Amino acid sequence: MTGTDGVPADAARGGPPPGGPGPEIVAADPGTGRAAQAAPPLLEVRAVGKTFGGVIALRDVSTRVCQGEVTCVLGDNGAGKSTLIKILSGMHAPDSGEYLLDGAPAAFTSPRDAMDQGIATVYQDLAMIPLMSVWRNFFLGSEPVLGRGPLRRFDVAGARRVVREELRSMGIDIRDVDQPMGTLSGGERQSVAIARAVHFGARVLILDEPTSALGVKQAGVVLRYIAQARDRGLGVVFITHNPHHAYPIGDRFLLLNRGTSLGEYGKAGITREELTSLMAGGTELERLAHELDRGEPPGPAYP
Amino acid sequence: MTVADERLARTGAARRLLVRPELGAVVGAVAVFAFFASQSATFRSIEGVANWLDPASTLGIMAVAIALLMIGGEFDLSAGVLTGTTGLIMVILATRYGLSVWTAMLVSLAAALLVGFLNGLIVVRTGLPSFIVTLGTFLMLQGVNLGVTKALTGTVQVGGLRGAEGYEGARALLAGTVQVGGTDFRVAVLWWLGVTALATWVLMRTRAGNRIFAVGGDARAARAAGVPAERTKIALFMTAAVAAWLVGSILALRFTSVQANSGIGQEFVYIIAAVIGGCLLTGGYGSAIGAAIGAVIFGMADKGIVFAGWDADWFTFFLGAMLLLATLANRLVRRYAEEVRR
Repeated sequence: MTGTDGVPADAARGGPPPGGPGPEIVAADPGTGRAAQAAPPLLEVRAVGKTFGGVIALRDVSTRVCQGEVTCVLGDNGAGKSTLIKILSGMHAPDSGEYLLDGAPAAFTSPRDAMDQGIATVYQDLAMIPLMSVWRNFFLGSEPVLGRGPLRRFDVAGARRVVREELRSMGIDIRDVDQPMGTLSGGERQSVAIARAVHFGARVLILDEPTSALGVKQAGVVLRYIAQARDRGLGVVFITHNPHHAYPIGDRFLLLNRGTSLGEYGKAGITREELTSLMAGGTELERLAHELDRGEPPGPAYP
Repeated sequence: MTVADERLARTGAARRLLVRPELGAVVGAVAVFAFFASQSATFRSIEGVANWLDPASTLGIMAVAIALLMIGGEFDLSAGVLTGTTGLIMVILATRYGLSVWTAMLVSLAAALLVGFLNGLIVVRTGLPSFIVTLGTFLMLQGVNLGVTKALTGTVQVGGLRGAEGYEGARALLAGTVQVGGTDFRVAVLWWLGVTALATWVLMRTRAGNRIFAVGGDARAARAAGVPAERTKIALFMTAAVAAWLVGSILALRFTSVQANSGIGQEFVYIIAAVIGGCLLTGGYGSAIGAAIGAVIFGMADKGIVFAGWDADWFTFFLGAMLLLATLANRLVRRYAEEVRR
């Protein structure tokens, strides 16, 4: 990807054009850049903040998610990642700043409200019910029905078929949609949750640390499904503390530290090394590396 | 691109059959039947079958309703004594206040729905364990049953339903008999089969069923998926109360009188039958058919011990052993189903 900063990554990738067939106009006037763009970002927050009692959990954080793009939110524990997700997913209202959906101010009463407006959040632990089958989990809360009145019933055959098709079209290979969710691997469970959000018409997909508890191979599988969702035109917010997971897939990187933004970078504006170094607090990592290096050979200290 | 996990190959057809919740109950029922049938010719005759299906039916209606509630993650210890309360309300109203049996049944249904609603409301609003909440309701109803009955009649039972208006019709509907192959079966058996079929349909083939499994499996995750967890749980408590009303009415019409202490001690029998039928004590898993079969095991053991000419005192020993075996089997199922692979 060699586009200059500010050029939507879609054009370079040849993904689905966000605003229909017309050519995309990019920042005709740099001074009022976002107003001149053909399609506003799907979701944007400007200088949002949140305090809990005396604790400032988040201050002056801005970011956005565009159609067909992945915005990665990186930060160590306690950096404010979860507070930001809760604001984005409609669980908390921000105390300050703006929340824009398709360029218009938005406020949600509940996560369900946000879900109805196309913002789906997949939490690491709350994603699924382990004792229930894959297809029952998939349609939980939005079961398709047949018939009416007292004969209204869960369209079981249809549900099974749709789940099988949806998973296959995402390239998720689960042999048996009847098996309990708990028997799937962590990566598979995240993947099914992503497929579910895509099926129910999510436009923005917020993923809370989907790779953090996974092994290397399983994390790779989940990253592949995130790419699938992106290629279908969804905007993805990918929360992680692992720059090696974020860098290959992200188009935009928001770094958080102690509740404030360390900066937002386009892919062209940052290298993997810089990202890793920023994540670890730059000089802190160097000092640590130095410290560990020195300790390795005991050297002449022994007589 | 194939991401099939090679470790999934273990899921064979046999294994899938093994995780059916009813399996343990079916195996148990076959074993218990074979055992008593070999001991007593009466037990295996058609009259014998009609005989042990009778206790199985009234117990089964309750066990199925309690199974739904347990799949939804809650208990109801007040369900047993509520069968007494509803029966008492009906008989008292029909014999002392001149209401017809039908009207009296409607009033007792309303009372049962109220008790179920309050049980559910307190549980979902306070977040207290339903075990404690319904234990409280159980003790309160026990006191009311005794206190009101004694105050009205001076004794611990109310009777005389036979003379009440509408008795014959209600009795035919709920407490009569039907002839099958020359043998009289209690009509309650049909109610039991109907309740089991309806509950199975709701569980497996409706939205409500999916939500019952979900609120019992993980109420927080269910809520995150948009399931109205509170409403689902309250509805389950009310369902258990309606079942108690049905059984209370059946028993009252059959005996034409109700003891003030009737139903006490039954609440655990319902739970045991549901657990033998494959319900997990922790919720989210189980089956209505399994609970119905659990009730059959009870009926067979209850009458079989008598037919075989044994001391009926051994019944509870048998009960405890069945319960332990069933719980062990369920634990294996759960461990399999919840096995997390990363």
